Amino acid sequence: MLQVILFFFIVVAGTGGELCISRAMKGIGEIHDFRPRSLIRFVGRALCLRWTWAGIFLMSLGFFSLVAILSFDEVTFVVPFSALSYVVGALGARVMLGEKITQHRWIGIAAVTLGVVLVWWSRG
Amino acid sequence: MQTEIAPSDTDKHLHDARRLQIKTIPFLLLSVVLGPLGNVLLGKGMKQVGSFRQVTAADLLPFIERTFSSPWLWVGIGCLISFFVVQMLLLTWADYSYVQPASALSYATVAVLGYLLLGEVVSPLRWTGIAIICCGVLIVGRTSPRSTGAI
Repeated sequence: MLQVILFFFIVVAGTGGELCISRAMKGIGEIHDFRPRSLIRFVGRALCLRWTWAGIFLMSLGFFSLVAILSFDEVTFVVPFSALSYVVGALGARVMLGEKITQHRWIGIAAVTLGVVLVWWSRG
Repeated sequence: MQTEIAPSDTDKHLHDARRLQIKTIPFLLLSVVLGPLGNVLLGKGMKQVGSFRQVTAADLLPFIERTFSSPWLWVGIGCLISFFVVQMLLLTWADYSYVQPASALSYATVAVLGYLLLGEVVSPLRWTGIAIICCGVLIVGRTSPRSTGAI
């Protein structure tokens, strides 16, 4: 039961957090300058956005669930299983960020999901 | 006399997609190394600390103290923070629905690192699953990284 709850937080809270971060980054716009000073300014600017903090909070929830589950499960099983978040993420990106997901991209995401199911089966 | 032909919208779109793909690849490669490395180091640290399942309420504080005194955990956190900044940079120009599946290449890195550093057994079925995930990533990688503008 504990394992199920922790997986739920890893997938749903983790993905929700990444969507919030993505929303914040879309607000900043494309970065062209990668010099250290510009990168520090970029991180500082990102940290002033509410979406970033909402993302950090949700991702922290996912992260601590990951740390907890890694203490009693194999990393090669835990991390691939969390790839279920790609399906949740694609739907979230479409609804929350208005991204146009092409047929090719859906096929790719479906392949990723199939791969995840195989990884899950491989546990038994 | 030659007349200059203005590039069509389709040409501009293709050029932009190609430019973004070239810009995106090195950042993706960096993230598929940093993320898994961080996770594997966390795994190594947590295995030294002991199982969370056997921790009672009274043992919780000593468990947290033990966890955060592990050097492997801190190196892992450093890798994951770097991974986070790289992902943030990627998301300023690329779709979330592009970056996330493309980052799934990290599953191959996780399996290799888990096998080499932690001595975990990776079954043929798990390798097959990881290979299919990588195929999915390649399909996603062929799409344009950006479908929306800045918000």
